[in-house]
Amino acid sequence: MPTKVMFLILKQLLEKPFTNPFPVKHAPKNVTELIEKVQKGEVQINPPVPVPEGFRGKLHYDPERCIGCRLCIMVCPADAMEWVPELKKIRHYVSRCMFCALCVDVCPGKKFPGEEKAVKALSMSEEFLLADYDKYSDNLIEEPPEAKEKGI
Amino acid sequence: MAKSTYYIPVGPIHPALKEPIRVEAEVEGEKIVKVDVKRGFAHRGIEYMGMKRNAIQTLYLSERICGICSISHPYAFVITAEKALGIEAPPRAQYIRTIIAELERIHSHILWLGVIAHEMGFDTLLFWTWKGREKVLDLLEFITGNRINYSMYMIGGARRDLKEKHIRAIKDAIDYYWKFTEHMKEIFLSDPVYKARTRNVAKVSKDIALKLNLVGPIARAAGIRMDVRQDMPYDAYADIDVRAVVPQDIVGEVYGDAYDVTMVRIYEIEQSLDIIEYCVDNLPEGKILAIPNYVALLAKIRRTKGEAIGAHEAPRGEVIHYLKFDGRDGPSVWKVIAPSYNNINSWGPLLIGAEVADIPIVVAYIDPCMCCNDRVAVVKTKDGNELGYTEIRKKCLEKTEKIRRELK
Repeated sequence: MPTKVMFLILKQLLEKPFTNPFPVKHAPKNVTELIEKVQKGEVQINPPVPVPEGFRGKLHYDPERCIGCRLCIMVCPADAMEWVPELKKIRHYVSRCMFCALCVDVCPGKKFPGEEKAVKALSMSEEFLLADYDKYSDNLIEEPPEAKEKGI
Repeated sequence: MAKSTYYIPVGPIHPALKEPIRVEAEVEGEKIVKVDVKRGFAHRGIEYMGMKRNAIQTLYLSERICGICSISHPYAFVITAEKALGIEAPPRAQYIRTIIAELERIHSHILWLGVIAHEMGFDTLLFWTWKGREKVLDLLEFITGNRINYSMYMIGGARRDLKEKHIRAIKDAIDYYWKFTEHMKEIFLSDPVYKARTRNVAKVSKDIALKLNLVGPIARAAGIRMDVRQDMPYDAYADIDVRAVVPQDIVGEVYGDAYDVTMVRIYEIEQSLDIIEYCVDNLPEGKILAIPNYVALLAKIRRTKGEAIGAHEAPRGEVIHYLKFDGRDGPSVWKVIAPSYNNINSWGPLLIGAEVADIPIVVAYIDPCMCCNDRVAVVKTKDGNELGYTEIRKKCLEKTEKIRRELK
C-alpha cells in the first residue's frame, strides 16, 4: 500500500544531501596522508558552515586592556580563569571554558589616551575548531606573553 | 517444576538507551509479568555544587542539568530567583524569554518525534524530522550565539536583544514550520503503520495519570487539562491566553496512548508557533535587564533573605525550582524537580502485560531524561539500612585518621 512516507523517500532520492560534508566528502583511509595532501595543496578542504554574527567561540584576551579587576573570575561558572598575582593579570584555560560569555559582559576594559570609549580586554572570537590532544597546549591557554617568558 | 519466566535486564549501559537507567523485566513467553525500574546512575550532585557558588554561576550550572532542554531549567531558576528577590524583568525581556522558550519547545518536540520513529524502526522518518529540526537550531544559534546552551537568560531579564534581522529570521522560520507541521501531521498521524504501531500502546488512563502525578504532554494526552502556562501564567504567557492542548479538543476522544501523545506534541508545535507570532508582533520596547550591573545584582542577592518556588512548563512537563537566599551571594538551598521524575513512574504499570517489542515505545514515549531526574543518591548497607549523612561523615573521618596513622 503506498503511503506518504514512500513518496517522501522517492522525493528525497532526487534531492542533494542536506549536510555539509566537512572537512572532506568521504572519510579518508589515512588521516595523516590526507593532512599531508592538504598541506601540499593536492586536496581542497570543504569549508565549514559559516558561523552567524554574535557567535560565541574561543575567548580572546588582550592583556594590555586588562586592568586586573577580577570580575571575570567572580562570575565565571566553570572556574576557567586563574589569577596571576605577579603580573596582576589573568590566565584563561579554554579547555575548561563553557562559552557563556559572562566574562565578556562583565569586563570593564581600559581606555587608552585619545580613545573615546573603553575597549574590553575580553572578546569572543569566531574560532571553534579547538580539538587537541593536550588540554594545556599553547592554543588552549590565553595568558599575557610575559607569563610565558618568566615561566609563572 | 519447569521454569516458566525469564529475567531480562536492560541497562544501566545498553545500546538501546541513550542515558543510564536499569529496567529489570520478567517475561513469560512474550509477555512481561514483572517490572522493576532502578534509577540513580546519573547523579552528579549539581544542587550541592550550586549551593557553593554565587547565583550567576549557579544559573549557568542549571543550564547543564538537562542535555536537551537547555532553557527550561534556567527559566525556572530565573522565575524563582526573581520571586525571591522581589524584582521583575522588563516587559521586552519577558517577551524575548518566552520566544526562546517556545523555540526550544519546537526543537524538543521534533526531536522526540524523530526518536519515537527511530525506536519503531522508521529511520527514514527520523532523518527527515531531524532535517526539519535544523532550521530552528540554526535560528537559535543566530539569536543566542550557540546551537545549544544558549546562555540567554539572566536574573531579572535577558542578555541579548532581538534586532530587526532576528525578527525577520524568526518570521521566516514560522512560515517554514507551518508547512512542516502540516507535512508531519500527514506523515505521522495518517500513516497506517504508525497508527497500528502506536494505537493502544502505552495506554494511560486518566486515573493512572492522576495517581502517578504524570505531567506535561503525557498527562495532557490522557485528557487532563494541565499546563503551567495556563494554570500559573508567568512572563508573556500572562498576556496570551494559553490553553492546554488535549486530544478531546482535537479529535473528540481520548485514548491516552502513544498515538495521542504524538498528536498532542504536533499540535503543541502549532500552539508554540502561534505564541511566537504573537510575541514577535507585540514585542514591547525598552530595556532588557532590570539590574544591568552583575556586581550590583550579586550585592542585592547578598542583602536578600527569603525563599521562593517557581515553575516553568518545559517541553517534557513542569520543572519546579526551590531557592532559599540566606545572606550569601548564592542560594543556600536549591532544589530541582524535573518532569521525567514523575513520568518514569508510569513505566511500571504500562510495561506489565505489554510485549517485549513494545518496551522501546513505552520507554521512549515519555521522552525520558535521566540526568534531569537523578537528584539524590542514597547509600545503603548490606542489610538494607540507609546510611545518613552523619554516619557517612563519621566513616570518612575514620578513614582519614587511618591513612594518617599509616603515613606516619
